[in-house]
Amino acid sequence: MGDILSKYDVLGAFGMTIYLAFFAAIGSLVLGTVVAIMRVSPVKVLQILGAWYVNIIRNIPLTLIMVFSILGALYILGISLADRQSPTFIVDNGVRWAIVALSIYHAAFVCEALRSGVNTVPLGQAEAARSIGLTFGQSLRHVILPQAFRGSIAPLGSTLIALIKNTTVAAVIGVGEAAGLMSKVIENETGSIQVFLVFALGFVILTLPVGMLFTTLSRRLAVKR
Amino acid sequence: MSEQRVLFDAPGPRARRRHALFTCVGVLLVAGLLYVALRKMADKGQLDGALWKPFITAEVWREYLIPGLTNTFKAAALSILLAGTFGLVFGMGRLSPIAPVRWVSSVIVEFFRAVPVLIMMIFAFGVYAQNQVFSSEVNPLAAVVTGLTLYNGAVVAELVRSGVHSLPKGQAEAGLSIGLTPGQTLRSIQLPQALTAMLPALIGQLVVVLKDSALGYQITYLELLLWSKTLGSAYANTVPAYIVAAVLFIIVNYTLSVLARYLERRLSRRGRTSLPAVAVAPTGGDLSAAAA
Repeated sequence: MGDILSKYDVLGAFGMTIYLAFFAAIGSLVLGTVVAIMRVSPVKVLQILGAWYVNIIRNIPLTLIMVFSILGALYILGISLADRQSPTFIVDNGVRWAIVALSIYHAAFVCEALRSGVNTVPLGQAEAARSIGLTFGQSLRHVILPQAFRGSIAPLGSTLIALIKNTTVAAVIGVGEAAGLMSKVIENETGSIQVFLVFALGFVILTLPVGMLFTTLSRRLAVKR
Repeated sequence: MSEQRVLFDAPGPRARRRHALFTCVGVLLVAGLLYVALRKMADKGQLDGALWKPFITAEVWREYLIPGLTNTFKAAALSILLAGTFGLVFGMGRLSPIAPVRWVSSVIVEFFRAVPVLIMMIFAFGVYAQNQVFSSEVNPLAAVVTGLTLYNGAVVAELVRSGVHSLPKGQAEAGLSIGLTPGQTLRSIQLPQALTAMLPALIGQLVVVLKDSALGYQITYLELLLWSKTLGSAYANTVPAYIVAAVLFIIVNYTLSVLARYLERRLSRRGRTSLPAVAVAPTGGDLSAAAA
């Protein structure tokens, strides 16, 4: 096991995994919140557009989005996310497109997580807020959103864990993260169980604390009903 | 729509004007995005009829798309069957009255849920290839099925467990009180009900399996995505080929989701509890979001 760790930059590969996950988490949170707001808004057209986004993205494989981003968007359509003159053009483009693809894909799940949070708020809460004369904005700010946010912590945690694991899909466009390095190791050495354990445990170490943190948070912040 | 009616008052004249404004902004924004995308495609000649015409010929379907879909379905069907078995065994293991069996099952289930499917696929592919476990044509399929089975089996195990836990306590108590052993109670009283309740969630999981089978792309399994790439090179229409593949995936998966929702409604009409098609587990789980 030590052999692999000393010969290959395993930590660097997991660093890239974390890098991808970090920026894609921010990207998908922003995009997902926008879509979630559209879906719970009173404007019919925005609701439909939000629902379309979720239904389309949720039913396409992430691998397809990832492959399309490079083979379609970059090579054919020429949409480049990095400076063509720069010496690290190919690497930069791969990483940036991977972040974009991960963000677009997981935004659909963030949206559904937030919406399920809104759904945990009982009808009586909104009715009560209105009946004491709060305006729409006030009832949203003081009554509904605080509860909705607390109700969506658990599914948001699940989405984040899925996102961390799904960064491996970036390997299909040649980003040097954990799964990419692992196929290189297996090709050069043998597919020994140690190789698998090194990479598998890496993901267990990354995802387990996140899962525990979100479970604790969702329990502690749960609205007692 | 009931949630919308609850969240919002009936709009007055000012709110209606505001909504109309938002509608316009939304429509314009999407139309703008679509325009930019189509413009970009048109600039690169991707909207030329010549690139899209192959898709109305029988040859493209016979030589590329149908074989791709068949392989995708084959991998998904094998995986969901094996994952069901795996899940049933370890789900029952986690419900076992014997503590060590419970611990071992828990560790296995939690481990395979935490490891990305692609990592398992690449590893299985490497091991099968180097030890010549299968003939070289079957290797990619075997690796895809292995990866999908281990991950989705762990998810199904969780479904089994939550399905049994969602049953009323009286069911198990009734079984025990008429003299069945805990094992008999689980097998003949709780599991049959839990499996019915699980059905929508299981079909939802099939969508995940279908999408994840596209990861076979990375280990040269000739599923729909890889066939579309080949098609794109053969006819020099990469972008249309991927768009058609995406549409095919959406049609299949959307149909399955609709079926899952229908079953869910049907079960709840019959007064049964059912696990929702997109269950989200609080602990480290990602039943809905896991798919790649």
